[in-house]
Amino acid sequence: MNATLPQTETEFTRTRGRVPSYFEEGGRTVGSWLLTTDHKRIGILYLYSILFYFTIAAIAAAIIRLELITPQGDLVSAETYNKLFTIHGTLMVWFFLIPSIPSVLGNFVIPLMIGAKDLAFPRLNLLSWYLFNIGGLIALYAVAIGGVDTGWTFYTPYSSAFTNSHVVTMVAGVFIAGFSSILTGVNFIVTIHKLRAPGLTWFKMPIFLWSNYATSVILVMATPVLAMTLVLLSIERIWGVGVFDPKLGGDPVLFQHLFWFYSHPAVYIMILPGMGVVSELVTCFARKPIFGYHFVAFASVAIALIGFVVWGHHMFTAGTSIYSGLFFSLMSYLVAVPSAIKVFNWTMTLYRGRIFLTTPMLYALGFIGLFTIGGLTGLFVAALAIDVHVTDTYFIVAHFHYIMVGGMVTGFLGGLHYWWPKITGRLYPENLGRLSALIIFIGFNLTFFPQYIMGYLGMVRRYHSYAPEFQIYHVMSSAGASILGVGYILPLIYLIWSLKHGKKAPANPWNATGLEWQTTSPPPKHNFIETPVVTREPYQYSPEVEERMIYG
Amino acid sequence: MTFPLVPVQASEVARETDHLCIALVCASAIVCLIVFGPMFFFLFKYRNGHPADRSPVNLPQTKIEITWTVLPLLIFMCFYAWGARQYFNIERPPPGAMEIDVVGQQWMWKIQHPEGNREINELHVPAGRIIKLMMTSQDVIHDFYLPAFRTKQDVLPGRYTVQWFKADKIGSYHLFCSEYCGTSHAQMIGRIVVMSPADYQHWLANGEPGPTMVQSGERLFRELGCSGCHMGSTVVRAPPLQGVFGRPVPLNNGDVVMADEGYIRDSILLPAKQIVGGYTNDMPSYSGHLTEEQVMELIAYIKSLGNQSPTGTQ
Amino acid sequence: MAEAHEALAEQFEEMPQQTEASLLGMWTFLATEILFFGAMFLGYIVYRSTYPEAFAEAGRHTLILYGSVNTAILLTSSFTMSLAIDSAQRGRNRPLLGFLLLTILLGCGFLLVKGLEYSEDIHEHLVPGAHFTKELSAPGQMFWVLYWIMTGVHSLHLIIGVGVLAVVAWMAWGGKFSEYYHNPVLISGLYWHFVDVIWVWLYAFIYLINRH
Repeated sequence: MNATLPQTETEFTRTRGRVPSYFEEGGRTVGSWLLTTDHKRIGILYLYSILFYFTIAAIAAAIIRLELITPQGDLVSAETYNKLFTIHGTLMVWFFLIPSIPSVLGNFVIPLMIGAKDLAFPRLNLLSWYLFNIGGLIALYAVAIGGVDTGWTFYTPYSSAFTNSHVVTMVAGVFIAGFSSILTGVNFIVTIHKLRAPGLTWFKMPIFLWSNYATSVILVMATPVLAMTLVLLSIERIWGVGVFDPKLGGDPVLFQHLFWFYSHPAVYIMILPGMGVVSELVTCFARKPIFGYHFVAFASVAIALIGFVVWGHHMFTAGTSIYSGLFFSLMSYLVAVPSAIKVFNWTMTLYRGRIFLTTPMLYALGFIGLFTIGGLTGLFVAALAIDVHVTDTYFIVAHFHYIMVGGMVTGFLGGLHYWWPKITGRLYPENLGRLSALIIFIGFNLTFFPQYIMGYLGMVRRYHSYAPEFQIYHVMSSAGASILGVGYILPLIYLIWSLKHGKKAPANPWNATGLEWQTTSPPPKHNFIETPVVTREPYQYSPEVEERMIYG
Repeated sequence: MTFPLVPVQASEVARETDHLCIALVCASAIVCLIVFGPMFFFLFKYRNGHPADRSPVNLPQTKIEITWTVLPLLIFMCFYAWGARQYFNIERPPPGAMEIDVVGQQWMWKIQHPEGNREINELHVPAGRIIKLMMTSQDVIHDFYLPAFRTKQDVLPGRYTVQWFKADKIGSYHLFCSEYCGTSHAQMIGRIVVMSPADYQHWLANGEPGPTMVQSGERLFRELGCSGCHMGSTVVRAPPLQGVFGRPVPLNNGDVVMADEGYIRDSILLPAKQIVGGYTNDMPSYSGHLTEEQVMELIAYIKSLGNQSPTGTQ
Repeated sequence: MAEAHEALAEQFEEMPQQTEASLLGMWTFLATEILFFGAMFLGYIVYRSTYPEAFAEAGRHTLILYGSVNTAILLTSSFTMSLAIDSAQRGRNRPLLGFLLLTILLGCGFLLVKGLEYSEDIHEHLVPGAHFTKELSAPGQMFWVLYWIMTGVHSLHLIIGVGVLAVVAWMAWGGKFSEYYHNPVLISGLYWHFVDVIWVWLYAFIYLINRH
């Protein structure tokens, strides 16, 4: 055990016999939640928010996949289709994936994991939630008044001088949400630097902290560039000046450089936290310390840093020079190395462990499998000659969905299930959990694997209608999407069900190490009765000891 | 329903790209075996309830980490080099190409053969010839994607981009716009029709009779007044254009640039951008007065000037 | 030490930790601002190297007198801000308040001068768009686009800075600061210096390098 369990009693304990949780202490009214500075409550507020935006973006995806069952564009008009994939991309990237693990699980778990009472700047945390939703509502307002049809990438000059859609409104929403990212990043960086419990040195930190730290560095360094790019785009659109417009001497490719300088690191924002979660799950459910701790920790930082110099691989056919292509292809291969290192280390963690195939573990294993496949296709697209053929086709769509959905969303669900008892004080039904993980895995592969094949065959992305020879793959993909949808709806139902009817969770149902498990489930408002002191390395599991887990 | 798994290979580049792809598929399969094999084995052997030796072992941690860092890195470098070499091949048109001009606009492709034949959304070419496409856009960014040749290139407004291919198989292949360009992006598609050289000549001859690009360019050159300054005027000092194409041009600010298609285009539409050394900024801009096709015709004419003396009169 | 407990936030164990956290937070935020302005400067550099003469010519229309006066004002304001911080560190509240107010005054002075300069620029038809002066070419207009964006965003940051300092001054007037606790003064000082440094770069890029 890393710390002492609560010893002192409060007035409440004496009268009620237990420590009040953060649900009770701090007020039970809606107002007390909307004005909270408790990182745990803010994590939950974020959970509601991202679920809301995810649902809208998922409905857009459903309509898209329905349309694509037949080659003709017969379900919705071309313009509507274009708006749908724009909504899907914009909401999923900025209003679901980027905040998902950091703002939900990170917010909740990080202070607990480092033995602190809260983040460094609790009021900034609340502000970031409000900014997030103000941005999101503005983006939805843009959709409501007619939508945007530029794709989430807003390439100029189409977005700056040609489309009649509500680009500036949408972009304003994203801009404001960007501040939410920056504030979260600042908060995490300072928290991890300054609020660690006594004894918790950098190299005793769980990998989840390393991953979120690396993610935060990207959040603060990359997001401002996006902010400026969106400002320049808006100014060009509103005042008709020629920053990116070739007719006025501007360069449309400059937009792409600025956009991807942010958006490539953004995809590492969208995977590093998932990797952090997997490190926690694999160690806990193989009952073993992580293999190669230092390498895994440094790999997170390496991914963040190298990720800043690969952006040109989105532009191999954009009209940039051959030498630019040579540089960025090389860098793209380099960034694959630390990811590979992580996969190998996770696999070796299983060696001589004691494996429990719980729901979180199934998600972690799913992550490793799907991320490996997605990452391997990264090697394909990093190869200049291959990318010339497959860029802007479904091969790319499949590649990034394998990483972002097969990787990040799977990791998010794994983490959510893992920390669910800590967050809610309830156990989710284990068998339903495992079933859903399986359904998601099958549905996901059926949805996205055919897309690799049709991409290489030449099926272009963002096409409302397509050549008939691709239909068989689209039908498979849409069938898979319906299964995937079921897989996502199941946890929604049983997790909500568990809030009232799930078994009450003990402080540590998984017998996990980590300071967050040394306090009650759910924790009290100030997390720990006494500040814990860390004396041991992380992940001090013993696979030789026969143990039991507590399931819902 | 057809069930194609492998795309048609209509050129040597296509075959070479596919070789690289197959190599990557094999490498990926091996990686999956190396990762998932042990993974499933460990999951099975070390699952809870199954007796196994779980005592800690002292593995040479650092050596293992270095091995599985360096080995993948070396393999990646091989694929990098292979892809890069093929990329050089794809991006640099070999000499002796037949040049065809492409103008993309929302939402159609306009093609101009040097002989003057024009096409919309179709490109007829002879097999066995190197075809070099000189492309620009009239509005937003498009992309001229030819899956059968495994090549694509963004088509930009305000600039020329180049793509080349050499078809070695007669047939009709897809042409797709593959850079999202607005409402009817999915309809900006067409065909590449590869014919035998003899059939291609027939097709050219049977097209609408009309002037060649050079002839159209020469007519524009006179009608727009270019010859007034650039063909030995005594009143205005303008740089002579004979033989200018493909040669270095010294500029007023000391730089030297190569007079390629982009330079000629900028000289017509944005003359203030680069002033030839020893001249002043007097040329009016023709921006807004010319379509992209007309600019390409003028360029064809100027390219044809070579070292001959001018034939036009004032 | 009732005073200590009041200012010490509950997530911190002791005040030095809280101070370090606040400073690290502001430095991290300033790093994001460097990237924000950096993207703009990058755009400027890219276009300047593409159209050097047009930019130089367009740049000669900037009003260097206003620019220089503003530089002097902002550098002085950074000095008064440093004096404010120094007073706070010594626990001397009256000078702290005085120097904060002086800094605010100088900041407002900058904005006033900037406003006068802007109205002069507008009068000279240096606003990009339909009424842009015919004396300059299209790339020259690009210079002015960047001028308005860069100085506009900077001025926005300055206005925010003035607002922040006003709040800090109000806190100082309410006796909230002491030798033991004056974090808001420290971090707003950092922000103020940063806005000043950005101005110095703007001054160089916009006013100085085009005059030859």
